Amino acid sequence: MKFTVNGKPVEVEAGENTPLLYVLRNDLGLVGTRFGCGSGQCGACFVMVDGRPMASCDLPVSFAMNKSVTTVEGLSGKVQKALLAEQAAQCGYCMSGIIISAEFLLQKNPHPSESEVRSALDKNLCRCGSHNRVVRAVMRASREQA
Amino acid sequence: MNKPEKLPQRVRIEADGTVTIAVGKVELGQGISTALAQIAAEELGVDLSKIRVLPASTAYSPDEGVTSGSLSIQDGGKALRAACAELKGRAEKPASEYRIVGTNAPRLDLPGKFAGRASYVQDMVLPGMLHARVIRPPKPFGKLLSIPEHPGLVREGSFAAVLAEREEDAIEAARKLRAKAAWSDGPAAPQDIYAWLKAHVAESKVQKESADAAAKARGVKHFKAEYRKPFICHASIGPSCALARMKGDTLEVWSHTQGIYNLRKEIALVLRMPEEKVIVQHAEGAGCYGHNGADDVALDAALIARMSRGRPVRLQWTRDDEFAWEPYGPAMVMALEASLDSQGNIVSWRHDLWSNGHTHRPGRANQPVLVAAAEIARPFERGPAVDPPLPAGGAQRNAVQGYEFPDHKVTFHYVRDAPVHGSSLRSLGAFGNVFAIESFMDELSDGDPLGFRLKHLKDPRGRAVLEEAVRKAGPFKKAEGRGRGIAYARYKNVGAYCAVVAEVEAGGAELKVTRLVAAVDVGLPVNPDGVVNQIEGGCVQATSWTLKEQWKPGTVSWEEYPILRFSEAPAVDVVVLKNSFPSLGAGECTMGPTVAAIANALHDALGVRVRKLPLTPENIANA
Repeated sequence: MKFTVNGKPVEVEAGENTPLLYVLRNDLGLVGTRFGCGSGQCGACFVMVDGRPMASCDLPVSFAMNKSVTTVEGLSGKVQKALLAEQAAQCGYCMSGIIISAEFLLQKNPHPSESEVRSALDKNLCRCGSHNRVVRAVMRASREQA
Repeated sequence: MNKPEKLPQRVRIEADGTVTIAVGKVELGQGISTALAQIAAEELGVDLSKIRVLPASTAYSPDEGVTSGSLSIQDGGKALRAACAELKGRAEKPASEYRIVGTNAPRLDLPGKFAGRASYVQDMVLPGMLHARVIRPPKPFGKLLSIPEHPGLVREGSFAAVLAEREEDAIEAARKLRAKAAWSDGPAAPQDIYAWLKAHVAESKVQKESADAAAKARGVKHFKAEYRKPFICHASIGPSCALARMKGDTLEVWSHTQGIYNLRKEIALVLRMPEEKVIVQHAEGAGCYGHNGADDVALDAALIARMSRGRPVRLQWTRDDEFAWEPYGPAMVMALEASLDSQGNIVSWRHDLWSNGHTHRPGRANQPVLVAAAEIARPFERGPAVDPPLPAGGAQRNAVQGYEFPDHKVTFHYVRDAPVHGSSLRSLGAFGNVFAIESFMDELSDGDPLGFRLKHLKDPRGRAVLEEAVRKAGPFKKAEGRGRGIAYARYKNVGAYCAVVAEVEAGGAELKVTRLVAAVDVGLPVNPDGVVNQIEGGCVQATSWTLKEQWKPGTVSWEEYPILRFSEAPAVDVVVLKNSFPSLGAGECTMGPTVAAIANALHDALGVRVRKLPLTPENIANA
């Protein structure tokens, strides 16, 4: 099965119903995409497929065939930089998925309001209560991007 | 809790000038590694970047008990400071000379986490590793009656798991086997857990008694009220995971446990192995907020590793496993009574509390407590949850409040039988007790919640956080459906001081927390921003518990167990009072004050006193 991950073509041998998450983590060693629920409810495993955020934990790898997948490892870093500046995490486990959602938001809406940031992140669960720091970081990334 | 020890292996200066520190406290996402590195850098007089914090391991780390109770800075920090000073051959630095402790050093672990690098036990890979899933009944404690043959199936008694080279194959096999296996029915959870608790008291233990019949006789107004707190899940975003490997007669386990030595003891006990043949190494997991499935999954992985013919195993619990099998924060009933004299002073106070123990951690007794111990071929009877005495306590944590009343009695009605398994959840009994005490104080306060509290509170540090929280909150415009509430507690009566002001909007029965203001006194903060981060996080998580959370039988996913989302998180303002008292842990002190402040704000908004958590539309409507 062939597709593109973070700009590089990859070929993997896996059953076509294998969730993309396990192909990324176990076949390609891209462990930044985390397992959270296995049913697309928490957002920890978000990746972009052809530029749109999707849960990879219940997405068959066949769906990604001939498409372009972006994981947290393949991002520009502007959201990550702002998250560091705001020290916007505790355990950090949910952050890869949040970074994907935030990148997507800033691509389609470079200057979101605070409530737009919150709505955009509502599919991502955070248990440590880092919500407000994350929102501040996304607002910062929005201000600091070129 | 073990006493801080001075062991030479805690600190080692390497040839390249870096310093390796071995600590017994573990990173749970609370930033402890960074704070401890700051302490070591400070005492040794080296740059923070030179410090390497080793992951805790029973192979080389000091035994500092469990990373719990907001004690890592208090105990772990103290031991480390002493070890560093000893290495330097001089006395510990006075606080006035600190230049690294007390600064906002950025977290050492966050760059790797944000870049998506391997950061968690879930990300570990061992050569030749197999993927495993456990096969358990949909509800706890049934016995496995039958299960079909399947490649990779391993079984010991009622404990069953399946192994596969590829993770998705293990998941699929477990799904099939779970559907086809048959279990006996486990005990049903009681319909009304609160009535059940009150009917199953094993022992009533007086926690505090200061009888003053003359004062009590001055009472002219009498009040009583009963409060209820449900089972609450730790609900970590990353379900529990462990790796294990048998090498000859030695078992190695990688776990996000809070207590490597206690887990080692429990594993050795259940596997009937000598302790010295078990090595437990800590590897980070997602935030745990207390005793979640971390230890259970580690025992599971250890059992599987004994049946995997030398292949290392990685066992990932599913989301369903975590919701069904993690030990929940126990349900509680608090019944309070008070009498006021003619000047409105509290002259008599009663606090009766019904609960299981909140401490069901492994390795504390000679009887195991973890799930699989009761499932293996020669099963153990699992020991009960047993709480330590106050001031730490468990269920009774913070049941004795810090106000001063002449006639005062607090009783913990301990329930040993546990139809639903529970253990330590962030702040343990303090969440329920402070909810009850601070709601009741509001009920008695006759419209002056701050003045009424100050009238009964002598401790100047407690008074200071209350006054500061109200000052920071500023003026409040009362309007239809809007309300403000305050609450206060000193965590465990010996830890951090915290007061919270909550502002809410109640449109119909739907409650929204719009703002929280927390004032805390944690002594000298080692990393002030780290403290603020913990306080903000605690406030938001406590809001989630308060508004939404209660475990019910059949909870398997986030659909049955919703938590607070980004759009629902309140704004949080934090004030950390400046002083140089000894540093106190910050992780848990907000939980009780936050729930009570919200309940009090709800009362202010709607005039409805809700004494049963969570503050859902249903419970508000029924109040």
